[in-house]
Amino acid sequence: MKKYETPLLDELEKGPFPSFVKEIKKAAAKNIMANDELGQVEYSYKTNRVYWKHGGIVGVLGYGGGIIGRYSMLPEMFPEVKFFHTVRVNQPSGWFYTTEVLRELMDICDKYGSGICNFHGSTGDIIFLGTTTENLEPIFAELTSHEKPRHLRFDLGGSGSALRTPSACNGPARCEWANYDTLEACHQITHEFQDEIHRPAFNYKFKFKFAGCACDCVASIARADCSVIGTWKGPILIDQDAVKWHEKKGMDIDREIVRMCPTECISYDGKELKIDNDECNRCMHCITRLHKALKPSGERGATICIGNKAPIVIGTIISHVIIPFMKLEPPFTEFKELARKMWDWWDEHSKPRERIGEVIEFQGMRSFLEAIGVEPIPQMIKEPRRDPFIFFKDEDIARVKEVEEEEKRTGKIIF
Amino acid sequence: MGFYGDRKLTAEEAKKLRETDIGPPYFRDFLPPVIKKNYGQWKEHDILSAGLMVHTAESGDKIWTIRVATPRLIATDTVREACDIADKYCDGHLRWTSRNNIEFLVSDEKKVEPIQKELKERGFLMGGIGYRISNVVHTQGWVHCHGAATDASGLVKSMMDELAEYFTTKELPNKLRLAVACCPNMCGAVHCSDIAVVAIHTTVPIIDHDKLGKICEIPTSIASCPTKAISPYPEKKSVKIKDEKCMYCGNCFTVCPAFDPFDTERDGCAIVIGGKVNCLRTNTKFARLVVPFISNRPPRWPKVVAIIKHIIELYAKHARKHERVGEWVDRIGWERFFKLSGITFTYQCIDDFTFMRDTFRNASTFKW
Repeated sequence: MKKYETPLLDELEKGPFPSFVKEIKKAAAKNIMANDELGQVEYSYKTNRVYWKHGGIVGVLGYGGGIIGRYSMLPEMFPEVKFFHTVRVNQPSGWFYTTEVLRELMDICDKYGSGICNFHGSTGDIIFLGTTTENLEPIFAELTSHEKPRHLRFDLGGSGSALRTPSACNGPARCEWANYDTLEACHQITHEFQDEIHRPAFNYKFKFKFAGCACDCVASIARADCSVIGTWKGPILIDQDAVKWHEKKGMDIDREIVRMCPTECISYDGKELKIDNDECNRCMHCITRLHKALKPSGERGATICIGNKAPIVIGTIISHVIIPFMKLEPPFTEFKELARKMWDWWDEHSKPRERIGEVIEFQGMRSFLEAIGVEPIPQMIKEPRRDPFIFFKDEDIARVKEVEEEEKRTGKIIF
Repeated sequence: MGFYGDRKLTAEEAKKLRETDIGPPYFRDFLPPVIKKNYGQWKEHDILSAGLMVHTAESGDKIWTIRVATPRLIATDTVREACDIADKYCDGHLRWTSRNNIEFLVSDEKKVEPIQKELKERGFLMGGIGYRISNVVHTQGWVHCHGAATDASGLVKSMMDELAEYFTTKELPNKLRLAVACCPNMCGAVHCSDIAVVAIHTTVPIIDHDKLGKICEIPTSIASCPTKAISPYPEKKSVKIKDEKCMYCGNCFTVCPAFDPFDTERDGCAIVIGGKVNCLRTNTKFARLVVPFISNRPPRWPKVVAIIKHIIELYAKHARKHERVGEWVDRIGWERFFKLSGITFTYQCIDDFTFMRDTFRNASTFKW
C-alpha cells in the first residue's frame, strides 16, 4: 500500500477534540480506499481545492436513490478512490442501537467499503463513505437479506428528488417532555412511504422531522420541509415544593422565570408560583428551567409546520404553522393523508427543483390550505397582511354580501 | 464477523438474497430494558456533569447517560470500540445524538463511575450536556463533497480544539450551537445556529462553453440563477453571466458542472451569528452575517477560530443567564455588538437579497 506524506492533516491529529484525521488513518491502516482518501484530502489541504467530480448516477436495481455517485477528479494520483460512492442506510428511529447491529453494519462497511462512515449524515442516515460500483448490489443484498433476522436487516435511505429519510428526537424513550411518540411516528411514516423514499418521483427533495416538544432537538423547524413539533393543550402543573427546591439551589425565580416569560403570564410572591395558562404560548422556557416543578398536562399532539429550506434559491425559509394542533397516534392515518394531499398539490404547482416552501410563496397560502382542506385561523400567522393587494374569488364576495343581507334583516352587525 | 462472514457475496447470491422496501428495523428492538419498561413514563432528569445526566421515571427507575464527542466521520474500528464499552457497561445499548455524539446508556448505577474512568483512559472526550457547546453539526467538505468551498471537518476540529473546555466543563449563559457548511447550499443547518461558518465563493463562475452545450440544458441553467444573471449565448450554444449580478451562490454549478465557481485564492469562510432553533422565550431566529469573508487557511483556519472564540468570550461575559447569542445581541442591538466586538462593519453586512427590507432600521432609536 502506498504511503502518503500528510504533514497538513497530521496537524489535525493534535489537540483535545476527537480527530477525523485519526479516524481516516485508522481505516487507512487496513483499507486501500481509505488510504487513497487520506492522500486526496491531504492534496486538497495543500492546494485549497476540492477534487470530487460532480454527480454521476449509480444505484441498486429497482431504486432511484440511496446511493450517491462519487468519483475522484484525480484517479491517476489516487486510483483507489476513482469510485468512492456514498451509501445511505436508513437509521432506526432516535438513533438507538445495540452493539450486535452496529457490528453487523461495520462488518459490511469494512468488507465492501472504505471502513469509514458518518454517524450520521445531515438528514439522519448512517453513511458508508466510499465504495465501488460493483460492490453496490452485494452491499444492498447483505443489508436487506431475507435470511437474516429482522433486527439485523437495514434498507437504504432517500436521495435526490424523493422523500428523504425521516428522523426523530429520542422522544418518549428518554425524555419527559415528549408530547407524542416521535419514534413510533417516524418509524411508521418511514414504512408507509418506502416507495416515495426509494423511487424519486417529486420535483425536489422533501424532508420530515419529528420533534417531541418546542425544544426541537432534531432542529425540525430549520431542517425539514414538514416539521412535526409536539405540544399540548392543558395547563402547566405546578409542584410548589419543587419550586422552593429550585430556589434553594440558587435560582432567582423572579429574574430567571417570571421576567423571562414571553407572555408575562407567570407571577411569584415568594410563596406560590402562579401561571395564567390561558395566556401561556407554551414556549417551554419555565418548564425546562423549573424542570422538577413544572410539567405540561392535558391533551397531547403536535403542531405541523411546513416549508423549511436552505437559502438556495430565494433565501432561507423556516417552517411555518399550517395545522396548529393534530393528534398523533398510531396508525397516524390523518397525518399520512395530509402528507399525500400536500405532495399532490406540490406536484401540480411546482417546476423541477422547487421545494414546497417556495411553491407556497409563489402560489400563496390559500391555494395550499384549500388543497389540504384546512380553514384559515390566526394561529397560522405572525401578523396579517400589510398591503391592500387582496385576491378575491366571486364566492368570497358573495359570502360578504350574504352576511350584509343578514345584518340588514336583523339590524345587527356581525364582526 | 457479520452474518455472512468474510466472504463477499457473488452477483447471483446477491440477487437471491436482496429484498426491496423493507424499511429500517424497529427501534424498540434496540431499547434497553429500563427504557422499554418506562417508555413515555419519564418524570425528570438531572445534569450531573458536562458528560453525565440521569433520567428518573415515575416508577423510580433510572437511566444514566454518558455523552462523548465523535468527529462524525468515524472508522469502523472506533464504532467497534464503542461497542466493546457498551457491552461491558451498558448491556450492549447505546445511541447517537442529532449532533454526532455517542450516548452510552447505563442502567446500573454501580457502572456509572467505571465507564467514565474507562472512557477517559481510552481518550474519549465526555461533555456537551447543559449550558455548554455541544458537538458541531457540519457537512462533508473536501472529504467527500463535489461542491465544497472549504473543508468542514478541519474547521470543526480547529474550532473545537480551541473551545474544548466549553464542551467538557465551562458553562455559558445558555447552550451554544455551532455549525459549519462547506458551501452556500448549507446542508449544515447554519442558518439557525448560534454561531456558524458558511463557506462561500467570491468569483464569478467560469463557463466551459463546449461542455455546457453538450451536457446541460440551457433553460435549466438560466433558471438556476436567483438573481437572473445568466442569459442565453446563442453564438456558442451556451449561456453567459452578467458579472455584476452574480453573488457567487454556485447554484448554476449545482445544476450544471460546466460552471466552475472554484477559486483557490478567493474561496473562503463567512461567519454568521445569532440563530436558534427552539422557541424558548423567543421564536426561532436566523443567524446573521458579521464577517463576510476570511480566506481559507488550512489546516487550522486561525482567523476563523480566533473570531469565533472572541465572540463566545464576549457572549459569556455580557449575556444574561438563559439568553442565547441571538437573544443577547437582539437585546443590546447590532450596533452595540459591532462596537463591543471590534468587528469591522462592511457593505457586505447590509442585506441586498430577499430579506433586505426587513433588516433596515426604520427608527432613530439606536445606540452610539
